Order: sequence, then structure tokens, then C-alpha cells
Amino acid sequence: MIVTDLLRIEHVSKSFKARKAAPLLALNDINLTLAEGEFMSLLGASGCGKSTLLRIVAGLEEPTTGNLFLDDHELVGPGRDRGMVFQQYTLFPWLTAAKNVEFALSDKPAKERTDTAREYLSVVGLRDFADHYPSQLSGGMQQRVAIARALALRPRILLMDEPFGALDAQTRGVMQELLLSIWERDRLSVLFVTHDVEESLILSDRVCVLGARPGRVREVIDVNLPRPRQLEMQDSKEFREYKHHIHSLIHDEAVRATGLEDLLRTETST
Amino acid sequence: MSAESAVVESESGGGLRRKRRPYHLFESIPTRQYVLIALLSFAAIFGLWAIASYGKWVDNLFLPTPTQVWNSAVSYAADGTMWQDIKVSVTRILLGFLLSTVVAIPVGVLMGVNKKFEAAVEPPVDFIRYMPAVAFIPLTLIWFGTTETQKIVILFIGVFFQEVLLIMDNVKNVPRPLVDMAYTLGLSQWRTIWKVVVPASLPGIVDTLRICMGWAWTYLVVVELVGANDGLGFRIQSAQRYLDTPQILIGIVIIGVLGLGFDFAFKALYRWAFPYLSVRGK
Repeated sequence: MIVTDLLRIEHVSKSFKARKAAPLLALNDINLTLAEGEFMSLLGASGCGKSTLLRIVAGLEEPTTGNLFLDDHELVGPGRDRGMVFQQYTLFPWLTAAKNVEFALSDKPAKERTDTAREYLSVVGLRDFADHYPSQLSGGMQQRVAIARALALRPRILLMDEPFGALDAQTRGVMQELLLSIWERDRLSVLFVTHDVEESLILSDRVCVLGARPGRVREVIDVNLPRPRQLEMQDSKEFREYKHHIHSLIHDEAVRATGLEDLLRTETST
Repeated sequence: MSAESAVVESESGGGLRRKRRPYHLFESIPTRQYVLIALLSFAAIFGLWAIASYGKWVDNLFLPTPTQVWNSAVSYAADGTMWQDIKVSVTRILLGFLLSTVVAIPVGVLMGVNKKFEAAVEPPVDFIRYMPAVAFIPLTLIWFGTTETQKIVILFIGVFFQEVLLIMDNVKNVPRPLVDMAYTLGLSQWRTIWKVVVPASLPGIVDTLRICMGWAWTYLVVVELVGANDGLGFRIQSAQRYLDTPQILIGIVIIGVLGLGFDFAFKALYRWAFPYLSVRGK
């Protein structure tokens, strides 16, 4: 049998110790695979453990049980084969945009470092801002530098944890278009965490809907929208059907996650 | 700025003079205004002193006039003892402060990043921290006599045990996402400390050093008041024996001016070393 999966997540569970209470089961028996060149979103209400799952893939947290494989090698700890983009701005404030991108390339010769930094800043449209400090850049620009930094590592997989979550709606749309164009160009393998249904649909080949308490896979949806994608597709009938389906899936999960099921049930019945 | 231009506009437009809105909390003011207010503040202190002393509100034995202090300062400077005292005191403070800082930075950084190391070091540091450094003077005099070593040791005791804890806190304040980022970029723990934790906490550490320098001055004077035969503190102490209040005041003012100078130096260092903290906007 030929194994074509790039990433395999097998029976991954994660529980957090709680003081004077039973351990909190954040993730329960997660099984997922990501093919080479595939864009998959992890979608769910807050508290469903989607970020925890991504941090486990990144190697920043240990799963309580289960195993993860990248290219059939078991993942232990963080590594440069996985490029990460966080929601918070994680540029190093004492370095310019270019130096931030170069940061992880210290094993390369100086010429190659600067060339690579310039190349990837161009990819995200920030070549003219190479010498700017993060504090001189807007939130959206900072996230573009963060994406350039992750791409410059030439990772096997890009891990993105609500990377546009802190941006305003207009900037978010532009960033989604940028990410789509980069994906079209490089056919990256991406694992993308979001709580935004439209965002997950417009970007992904597959959307993995997670349920809450404990976090588990509710359903994995194949998104058969044509590529290349444009944001205008969000008006199409197909898109709206996907959206409706996912919304109904996550609504009761969101209610459960917020602990309001008793309250809301009473309201609807009266 | 905006209030000003609004007024100018309404005047040129011939309308009613716009009412000035009152000062708002946290509102910033132009640098020139800031300096002016600060100078006025100093002038007020000086004026009060002049009125109280020339006006004989207070006996000149207790509060000499500015003229008396000035004359005393001139003769103190003329025979060279002033410069000698300053040199001795500044040397002591720099040695004590540098020794303390050279140890406190690595220890504080390690305490900040490693909980086991913190557990080993913080409780004893806290224990010693609450013992007043001044109370060690008799003990250090028995151990080292009235030597320079004794003075440096007191400065070290006074500064180090506070400094190291503040540096630990500076390090603990490094945003955790930056550390996570370093890991995902493939950095080892030691390189993460060196390339991310240290640069990220450095502005806080420089601020800590500035504050600790202030404490060092306090302990310097204390240590020179007891068992020294030169330095600014000693000069103040011996002037007291002769009821030489002008000399006492000069000593205190010189310490104040030197302290202010060091503070300025630290602020300049801060601006020079961390340009990224003062640049804003595109």
C-alpha cells in the first residue's frame, strides 16, 4: 500500500490536570490525515480544543495519548518542518521585517539569507517595508511578515492558528485572498484553525468540524468548490449550502460549549 | 496641536473664539511645555529656600543662604577636595553596582526561565533581602575593616538581592508566544534564551538597572557615613561635627546632581539601544 498522507494524527487525546477536580478532557481520540498539498481547516466554537490540536501538531504541547506522523516520521517536539503562524502578533519587535524573516535562517550564508527574506517579503507584498520595525506596521502587515517568515523555512506543512482573527473584516478578506494566491502558487499543505465558517469554506479542501467537551471530530466535509477560488464565491448557492450545513452542525456544539443549553432550551420551548 | 489649530482657524474665519477644552487625563503635552514646567518647579524650590533663608524665617545655622552655600562650594571646589570626593564615591558606586549587575543578570535570567533554579535561589534571596543591608555594616567592618572591599560588599548586599528579583520578573514578562515562535523556528532552549528571551526582556532590565542605581547611591552614602575617611558621604558626616550646614547641603546636592546624571545616562542608553520602541506609524 502506498502511503500518500503527509500528516497523520492517530488517536490523539489531551487532558489537562485540574486542581481539586477531575482532569479536563480537551481532545478525545482525534484521528485525521492531511494529504500533500491539501488545505484543511479545523473549525469549531471556542473551547473545542482546535488550537490545542494545532499546538500538539506544532510540538508545543504533548498529547496525553496517541501519535503524530509527518512523512511517516513520528513527531516529537517542535521543528522547522512545520511553519507556524499565530493569532497574536509574534514578530520579534527588536528586529526589522527582513531580519524577522531571516531569523530562522541563521545556518545559511548571509547572501542567501537576505535573498530569501526579500523573496518572501515580495510574496506577501512587503518588499518596500523590509527595514521597518513591527511597531511601524499595521496588524495586517505584521501578519504578512509572519507568513513570510513561516514560508521562508520552506516547511513541509504550514500551521495557522486563527492568523486573521485579530484583524478587521476588510483586512481579513484581503489576507484570505493573499493566502489563496500563495496556495495556488506553491500548493502548500496547510492546517488552518478558525472559528469563522466562511473563512474555512473559502480556503479549504476539507473542513474538519470539531465538537466541544470533549473536543472530537464531528464531521469532515469535502469542499468541492472550484479552484482557483475568489471571495465572490461566498454568494454562490453551493457555498451557502455548505455554510448552512456547517452552521447547523456547530450551533448546538456552541450552545453546549457555552453551557447555556438549559437556558436556551427553555426559551425556545416557551 | 489640534486645539491650537482649531483656534487659529476660527480666528481667521472670523467666527467666535473657540472655547478651550480643559486638560484631559493622560493627555500628552509638548516637550517645551514639559521642560518649562519642570524648570518652574525647580525655581519654586529655590525661591522658597531663598525667602526662608534671606528672610531669616529660619536661623542660618540650620538653613544657610544660597550665597553662603555658593561661597562654601567655591572653596570646596578650589582646593580639589570636591573632585577627589566625587572620584572616590563614583568609583565605589560603579564597582559595587557593576559587580552586583554582572552577577544579577545571568542569575536573574536563569531564575526567570527555569522554575527549578528559581526554587533553589529565590527563597534564600528573599530571606537576605529582608535583612536591612545597613545592619551588615558592623559585621563587614569586623570582616574587612574600613577597606574598599567592605564598602563594595555593602553596596552589593544592598543592590544585588533586589536587582536579581526584578530581573527575574523582567524575564518572566517576556510574551510566551514569542518563545513558542522561537521553538517552532527550530531554536534550542539555550538559543531561545539568548536570541529571544534576553533581547525581549532587555528594555525592562535596563529600566531595572536604572532603578537599582538609585538604591546604590543610598547605600553608598550610608557606607561612607560610617567608617570612611573620604568620599561625599564622609564629607557630609564630618561637616556635621563642625555645624558646617553649607557643606552638608553641597554634599547632598552633588549626590542629587550625580544621581540625576546617571539617570539621564540610562535614559539615553535606553533610547539608543532600543530604537524600535520609539518609532511609530508608517
